[in-house]
Amino acid sequence: MSASLGAIFGPGFFGSAPVHAALAGGAIVAVVTGAVGLFTVLRSQAFAGHALGEVGATGGAVALLAGTSPLYGYLGIAIAAGAVIELLGVQRPRARDLATGLVLGAGLGLAALFLYLDTTASSTTGAPVTVLFGSLFAVSQSMLPEIVVLSAVSLAIVVACYRMLLLSSLSADLAAARGVPVRVIGVAYLVALAVAVSLAAATIGAVLATALVIGPPASALRLTKRPGLAVLVASVIGIVAVWLGVLLAYDSFYWPPAGTGWPVSFFVVADVFAFYLLSGAVARLRQSARRQRRAREVADVAGG
Amino acid sequence: MNASPAALPEAVLGVDGVSVWLSGREVLHDVSFTVHAGEFTALIGANGSGKTTLFRVILGLLAPGAGSVLIGGRPRARRNPMIGYVPQKVFLDPDMPLRARDVVALGLDGHRLGVGFGSRRRRELVEEMLDAVDAGRFADSRVGYLSGGEQQRVLIAHALVGRPRMLLLDEPLANLDIGAEREVVEVLGRVAREQGIAVLISAHDMNPLLPYMDGLVYLASGRAASGTVEEVVRPEVLSRLYGQHVDVLRVHDRILVVAGADERLPALAKQAGLEPGAVALR
Repeated sequence: MSASLGAIFGPGFFGSAPVHAALAGGAIVAVVTGAVGLFTVLRSQAFAGHALGEVGATGGAVALLAGTSPLYGYLGIAIAAGAVIELLGVQRPRARDLATGLVLGAGLGLAALFLYLDTTASSTTGAPVTVLFGSLFAVSQSMLPEIVVLSAVSLAIVVACYRMLLLSSLSADLAAARGVPVRVIGVAYLVALAVAVSLAAATIGAVLATALVIGPPASALRLTKRPGLAVLVASVIGIVAVWLGVLLAYDSFYWPPAGTGWPVSFFVVADVFAFYLLSGAVARLRQSARRQRRAREVADVAGG
Repeated sequence: MNASPAALPEAVLGVDGVSVWLSGREVLHDVSFTVHAGEFTALIGANGSGKTTLFRVILGLLAPGAGSVLIGGRPRARRNPMIGYVPQKVFLDPDMPLRARDVVALGLDGHRLGVGFGSRRRRELVEEMLDAVDAGRFADSRVGYLSGGEQQRVLIAHALVGRPRMLLLDEPLANLDIGAEREVVEVLGRVAREQGIAVLISAHDMNPLLPYMDGLVYLASGRAASGTVEEVVRPEVLSRLYGQHVDVLRVHDRILVVAGADERLPALAKQAGLEPGAVALR
């Protein structure tokens, strides 16, 4: 028994402080991205979410230059980019996509500049990799309070606006008719999204952040027709994906090429994708089971 | 219908001399009509005749250049709880994780802060509205998977659940097949009668509404005529509205309004021994 457990959990897994911080920080972020990400999917804002994450790389790069926590860099730039998208802010979907794409392009240009300055200013050549692709193991115990506070802010926005978000995601016209301040809700949501994406960027990297924001909610939506339940399922999928990623990354230390280990972000994103495929398969199985049951009922009625 | 003039109910909606200019063009000109509690009124007009503009004025989203609108005896206001509104072309995404009953519940408190844990009172009210529109059978289905007619009924329940005095529906029959069309109109007729709600529904074709409607407002080039079908849908009234000659043809209890036809057409048709409808349709 202990031998098989030992094969799953590499030696020292449960005693390692970086693992503890990664598991705790990752779980908190997974809950936030699950709740916030549900509406990203429902509002078809995956592209905006992705743009906020990638543009955040600029902030991460500047923060490294300034020697502060990259989390604040991601956050500052993501909120600024969100504001610019909203200001350029066209409500028509295509024009909005264009505004988002242009902000993304400009932001990434700045990221290229600051990441280059990072590599020349210090001897750390790993800056681009750290900022763009992150590492959960870089989340330290000291960062946890910040993560908790930011998570609370993002979650508070979504909880406060929950019903208005649902109605305006269902139909902006319907929401406006019911007296929902659609524009204000949209801006509030963009702030919550910027915070959630920054948290995800700090844990699995600016480029990969979207995977955690839209992957688990998209999977959850295939499995349930209740919004509250979808948030719950998305959070659980996110937590499992992150924890499994941490475990695999820890164990990969013993995989070839021996002694280096694979990046944890790779595993997290791979898990998220695997869950998405899995949820599709489960949804299909349930659908065909339902169809068979209905056919049987019809046959029973006809036979009886 | 049975009361003396003194007992006539107060008008739920009173539109009086409303004119609207949009970017220098007069979209509505001196439009007046009233709708009473329990009345089913149709707002008929082609695309661009000003139906949606008139709705925006009633909803308080657009200020008229002239005239007044009274709702329940009070001036119109934004977010008026006395009006239940169903916008046109509402697209309900199949991916939306909401059941029909959730959409109805959002009509009650979708504008409130917080998550909202359902009380028993709320559940009962939602159930009652679902029954009122015959939506009990699919109350637990994902709303995006429902047919167009079923979705329209859910949206009506969504608009009704806040207990408005008036229901405003913008082209609810667009893109529905004939069966679904009849179901929706039937439900609306019943809601008006049983709940005493004033129903104002816009449509470009009056025929599906004929069996249920008490009166109509006919809009053409920004001008309106209102009253019963017999009073309004007459060649001389509609010709005045359109500013050109218009024929009204009745074929199997259906009414066809044919604009721009030659004034001599009916006479010519009679000469040729043809039904007027046949000429119009050719």
